[in-house]
Amino acid sequence: MLTREQAGDIFDRIRKLSTADEVEALFSGGCFALTRFANNTIHQNVADENHTVSVRTVFGGRTARSSTNKFDGDSLRRVVASSEALAKVQHPDSDLLPMPDSREAAGSADDGVYSTRVPPRHFAQTAAITPQLRAAGVKKIVEVAQKHKLATAGIVSSSESVEGIFNSRGLSDWHTQTLAEVSITMLGDDSSGWQKANSPDVTNLDPLNLAEIAAKKALDSAHPAEIPAGKYTVILEPAAVLDIVGFMFWDYSGTAILDERSFLSGRIGIQLFGENITIWDDVTHPLQTGSPFDGEGMRRLRVPLVENGVVKRVVYARGTAVCMKNSEYKDKVGPVEPTGHGFALPNEVGEMPLNIVFAAPQNPQTLAEMIASTERGILVTRLWYIREVDPYEKIVTGMTRDGTFLVENGKVQRGLRNFRFNQSLIHLLAGVEAMSVPVRSCGEESFDMVVPAMKVRDFNFTEVTKF
Amino acid sequence: MWRGPRRSTSAAFPVVNSNLCMKQTANWALNVATIRGASYADARIVSQRSRALTTKNGKVGSASDAESAGMSVRVLADGVWGFAASEDLTRSGVEATAARAVEIARASAQVKQQDVRLAPEKPVTAEWTTPHVIDPFSISVEQDIALLLNVDSELRAVAGVTLAESNLNFNREEQWFVSSEGTDIHQTKYSAGAGYAAYAFADNEIQKRSYPNSYGGQWQNKGHELIEELKLVENARRIAEEAVALHHAEQCPEGTFDVILDSSQLGLQIHESIGHPIELDRVLGMEANFAGTSFLTIDKLRTLRYGSEMVNVVADARQEHGPGLGTFGFDDEGVPAQCTPIITNGLFTGYLSSRETAHTIGENRSGGTLRAEGWNRLPMIRMTNISLLPGEKPLTLDQLIAATDHGILMQTNRSWSIDDRRYNFQFGCEIGWEIKHGKRARMVKNPSYSGITTEFWNSLDAICSRDEWTLWGTPNCGKGQPQQVMGTGHGAAPSRFRGIKVGSAYKGS
Repeated sequence: MLTREQAGDIFDRIRKLSTADEVEALFSGGCFALTRFANNTIHQNVADENHTVSVRTVFGGRTARSSTNKFDGDSLRRVVASSEALAKVQHPDSDLLPMPDSREAAGSADDGVYSTRVPPRHFAQTAAITPQLRAAGVKKIVEVAQKHKLATAGIVSSSESVEGIFNSRGLSDWHTQTLAEVSITMLGDDSSGWQKANSPDVTNLDPLNLAEIAAKKALDSAHPAEIPAGKYTVILEPAAVLDIVGFMFWDYSGTAILDERSFLSGRIGIQLFGENITIWDDVTHPLQTGSPFDGEGMRRLRVPLVENGVVKRVVYARGTAVCMKNSEYKDKVGPVEPTGHGFALPNEVGEMPLNIVFAAPQNPQTLAEMIASTERGILVTRLWYIREVDPYEKIVTGMTRDGTFLVENGKVQRGLRNFRFNQSLIHLLAGVEAMSVPVRSCGEESFDMVVPAMKVRDFNFTEVTKF
Repeated sequence: MWRGPRRSTSAAFPVVNSNLCMKQTANWALNVATIRGASYADARIVSQRSRALTTKNGKVGSASDAESAGMSVRVLADGVWGFAASEDLTRSGVEATAARAVEIARASAQVKQQDVRLAPEKPVTAEWTTPHVIDPFSISVEQDIALLLNVDSELRAVAGVTLAESNLNFNREEQWFVSSEGTDIHQTKYSAGAGYAAYAFADNEIQKRSYPNSYGGQWQNKGHELIEELKLVENARRIAEEAVALHHAEQCPEGTFDVILDSSQLGLQIHESIGHPIELDRVLGMEANFAGTSFLTIDKLRTLRYGSEMVNVVADARQEHGPGLGTFGFDDEGVPAQCTPIITNGLFTGYLSSRETAHTIGENRSGGTLRAEGWNRLPMIRMTNISLLPGEKPLTLDQLIAATDHGILMQTNRSWSIDDRRYNFQFGCEIGWEIKHGKRARMVKNPSYSGITTEFWNSLDAICSRDEWTLWGTPNCGKGQPQQVMGTGHGAAPSRFRGIKVGSAYKGS
């Protein structure tokens, strides 16, 4: 693994090679390993190690970026020359700010004091996971499948990664992290069940419990019935919530407002969702992951995006905040300040919140309590292939998958054939009747979040598929 | 393992243009893998270079170059696979990577049902390069940026356009592949992509038009010559005007209609409802946890009527098929490019296969479809160029419209979704035209259609001929864990489908 000291040494060499007004280097990479299984056997098993340095240079308001994964002298000379050549032919950008120094990036007047600190996210036990340990974990999952006469497919993975930034104004920041992940599908003849979890600390994961839950879903949804599409009360497990709501967070961005491509244009400060919806972006949350700084090295602030159903504000990169303050929207979008959510420059997207945390409801219900209080509804394990249908009404389409159940008279009755939905996210978050305590959740359609299970009225299923 | 900056690696990582050095480096890996007990090993050294340029509303949005090089080693030991990859191309680094691959395979053997069987493949020594006229990296960045800003200016010249975005992308990938069976292939692939979009926000509605296609435009395995062929500037004003005009168009009606799809939308329809379900690894359950499985179980081979008699689909990676993103000389396990009939006069006749999976469908040779995203990813079954062959009788789009009494013409994809066995799909398009009595009667906004795969393909009753056929590129196909993004090709001509469900995307949402 690349260390902060090694990266600092490389940056010093880059600085000496560059003739630019300003230079920035972003480091990323690490070791990643994944053991993949299907049909109760390991069929793919991979590991790789790679580190990249991405060099941004600035000449009088003109900037560009070039990257390489080789740190020898020739490669560093080439990457600096490439970045400078690209930058020099740009048109000067009057909105481009000087790179932040360490105090501005830290959000503090005191050297070494950061406005945002995250808990340790590097765990030696996760970093030490071997192929043998991953295979042993898979073996136990397969044994659960065989016990229930099911076939299983999934992954067990582990990684150790670094992110770092250095610039010629003295800024330097570094983040190390580990992550272990388990994803399990159990398959019967005409049904399936699924569970997935990840954590920086492998001791937080319980693959056997996940395997048993996935197996129970596969068994309970066997011989699925078909019921007509239509509007139903749904109980969305946290992974289903995560994957569907994730499609709106690209819009919580100052750049998206300025570009008039956000569904929040004209909607900030109004009651858009139910009063029970409060959402933060909070990189410091103990269930969150990721680095505490953004693509320019700015520390990520804890930002209240939605309070009691009212969208309060969006996030900003440094340059976006300046543009917003000079725009016609400045008085219509809530507080405007750099929040430490920018992507590496130059880019056309600006920023977005990546550490979403839903606030706990006043009266949380367990999934079992939500089911018990439902006269007729549908329990959804997971959603799949979600895509945006309408960008302003925020209608998204997708499918249910791997465990869809009919709930009647307060009980799960049987498995159902999967549905297609076309659902406005605005209507969804305005129709939440109950929520669980938020948990760290991961899916396949969006980034990891801290979200609750939700009971939602009038969820719009439009078609039924063949299984 | 990462090597510290004080240690010079330049001597150990020679400039990647020396075939001899690369072959020697790869052989270090094969030797170690064999000594450690691998019954089969292959090594790929890959050097990648890419350039991405974008503009937004009159400014350069991003400008970046990237290069990456490294090596992967894939082995069979104890009858199962192991794979390891590293950026470190020193001798010790390469040998450590090979040893790690064998160690991983031995761990895999703790949970195996049976030994992997590889279909035989004759060893070859070969060189192959994407046919191209102009090396895209030889063109000045100023020239490329000037082109994009010219497009941007045309788009924003139309009142009502609130956001204009454009992009140019170029890639070069040089690969050395050697195997313990004696194969030695040096292959260099080029690809280029370009496109733009005009957005119009008004009255609480966002409308968008893209050219030549949405989500990055048109991509092919070509050099810079593709960019001129696309006539980007010439079409910009029309596209911008359509984006604004959509605000005055009526909502696409809901109901059952005959639908004509333009060739780019049909290309994506092929990708999702033919290309993915024919991937044999999906069929065999290997993707069950992520990308999903397939309704095309093996019993359906040569028995399922996939489409109407007019439907002829091939998976063709050969150069003669055209410059698709699925065109190559050899796949990433050294199998030559081939053409496999997938649907023949409507009958399902073939899968996408690999050396490991060929025997499961009774074949004694791989179909040559195994590809990896880069040097650090495991090759897996990927679409090559999955193309609907054009109609044999001359038929233009205008003639097809003239022959349609009442229907909807839909152009340029806006949204796409399909279930994990590839039955139920729903697509939205950027723009639609209601056809009445053989003429475009009116523009309609927010068109969408949905259906079940085999019912849809059996409803096809007209395909335009070769003059209307385009080999589209899909640069963003995701599959696998860790997920890999791959480019695929899809040839299609505008086609008509009878009795299609239209408009449910907006029903009740």
